[in-house]
Amino acid sequence: MGILEVRGVSKSFDGRPILDRIDLTLNQGELVCLLGVSGGGKSTLFNIISGLLTPDSGQVLLDGHDVTGCPGHVSYMLQKDLLLPYRTVQDNVILPLLLQGIPRSEALKTAHSLFDAFGLDGTQRLYPTQLSGGMRQRAALLRTYLFSRKVVLLDEPFSALDALTKSAMHRWYLDVMDRMPVSTLFITHDVDEAILLSDRICLLSGTPGRITHQISVPYPRPRPDDFKLSQGFLACKKQILSLL
Amino acid sequence: MTKKLPSITNKLPALIAGAGFVLLWQLVCSLGLVPAYMLPSPADVLRAFWFERVLLWENALITLKEAFIGLGLGVLLGLVFATVMDSVPVLRRAIYPILVLTQTVPTVAIAPLLVLWFGYGLTPKIILIVITTFFPVTVGLLDGFAAADPDAVNLLRSMGAGKWQIFRYIKFPGALSQFFSGLRIAAAYCVVGAVISEWLGGFGGLGVYMTRVKKAFAFDKMFAVIFLISAVSLGLMALVDLARRLCMPWQRVHENKEQ
Ligand SMILES: Nc1ncnc2c1ncn2[C@@H]1O[C@H](COP(=O)(O)OP(=O)(O)OP(=O)(O)O)[C@@H](O)[C@H]1O
Ligand SMILES: [Mg+2]
Repeated sequence: MGILEVRGVSKSFDGRPILDRIDLTLNQGELVCLLGVSGGGKSTLFNIISGLLTPDSGQVLLDGHDVTGCPGHVSYMLQKDLLLPYRTVQDNVILPLLLQGIPRSEALKTAHSLFDAFGLDGTQRLYPTQLSGGMRQRAALLRTYLFSRKVVLLDEPFSALDALTKSAMHRWYLDVMDRMPVSTLFITHDVDEAILLSDRICLLSGTPGRITHQISVPYPRPRPDDFKLSQGFLACKKQILSLL
Repeated sequence: MTKKLPSITNKLPALIAGAGFVLLWQLVCSLGLVPAYMLPSPADVLRAFWFERVLLWENALITLKEAFIGLGLGVLLGLVFATVMDSVPVLRRAIYPILVLTQTVPTVAIAPLLVLWFGYGLTPKIILIVITTFFPVTVGLLDGFAAADPDAVNLLRSMGAGKWQIFRYIKFPGALSQFFSGLRIAAAYCVVGAVISEWLGGFGGLGVYMTRVKKAFAFDKMFAVIFLISAVSLGLMALVDLARRLCMPWQRVHENKEQ
């Protein structure tokens, strides 16, 4: 059994079905990507997994415990970075710790060592508007990471970045994943990104959305820089494009 | 240093216009175009101000005391009302229209009533100031609370935050800007409110001083006290701006970025 199990989750909005009996498993240390067209219900599924929304039917199990409709169990980075403009970078990233009742000084100590690992050293006292797009995203990731290292949901974490920053962030995130064992479920529209980062790709398609295919990407992480040009990568891409 | 220069050049036209106006006023008086007892010259006003400085100071202190107590209570009440109304939507829908309605009743109209009910002491003055300052603060806060980004609220909810934590970390800091805009208006109102209530009866304050010099037809003193009242109002507003800068240091960063 995986660390996160989604079982038969369905959801409709105002009588319009969006998700239809979604089944999904995330194993310990795995990086799974949810790939699908815009408006397909990906964010809705994340809102359900995080407990912000309650599904019409079905269950979300975390470590075997039913957490359906209960927020506060999995780390969730929403589609926007949502750094609060009135808090410094360090006060933004420690927010999940403050919410758990940890005193600020202690929370800052916990976060301190991670600033370096997340490439944010020196930005502690800046305000979010003073950061570049890539740095904002990393700060949001650090905040997500500080909430819990168990299961991390990332909703299009890199889609707002330019191509160069994006590939730098990919390399960096794979590196982080390598050093810090987290289980990640992430959303993207970008087929290349999906193949590059994930162990497994789940295709969400149709109206209402269903998981129609699961494609494993059986190459060890972190992957070499020329992975994008390899036969395996191209074969994978061809398969996905034919399915979409 | 270089940043200061544009702000001075920006204000230069206004400064010149202001100086020109005073000059013109002095000229009109010096040439005797208007009888001196009706329109004192700027020099006369300055002289009156100097001779009356002790009296003005003592009365200003009384007015300021009323204004501060009233403003403090008004802000406190506004905070409580806005918070409660925001967390109980039914109350918001019930009270908001009434609040707006009460604002159509002019201050000058209720002031005599308050004097009849509460006499010449401090109470009617404080109540009047509370009524006038409470509204802009409450409305500012309510609008600020309502403008909270629902995604930011969701982010906090996903981290297991409760209602109070969402209020503390999202709603309140997000509403600070509107709160200070409301407070600025309230600061301007509170001095005027104090003066109006003093007109109708009291034992001291700039309003009482004003009625006294009016009865004596001392136009120069009248002008002096009018200028003092607007100076005090401006001073209070500047104080609010200062507090805003201190409480919202991130705004300075944003301003710098925009330049
Ligand atoms: N709270 C809501 N109430 C009503 N309809 C909603 C709500 N949230 C989402 N929807 C609808 O559900 C559908 C799926 O939305 P969702 O945000 O999950 O898509 P998505 O796959 O994340 O799209 P994108 O890739 O553009 O982010 C959309 O048609 C959207 O309009
Ligand atoms: Mg989405």
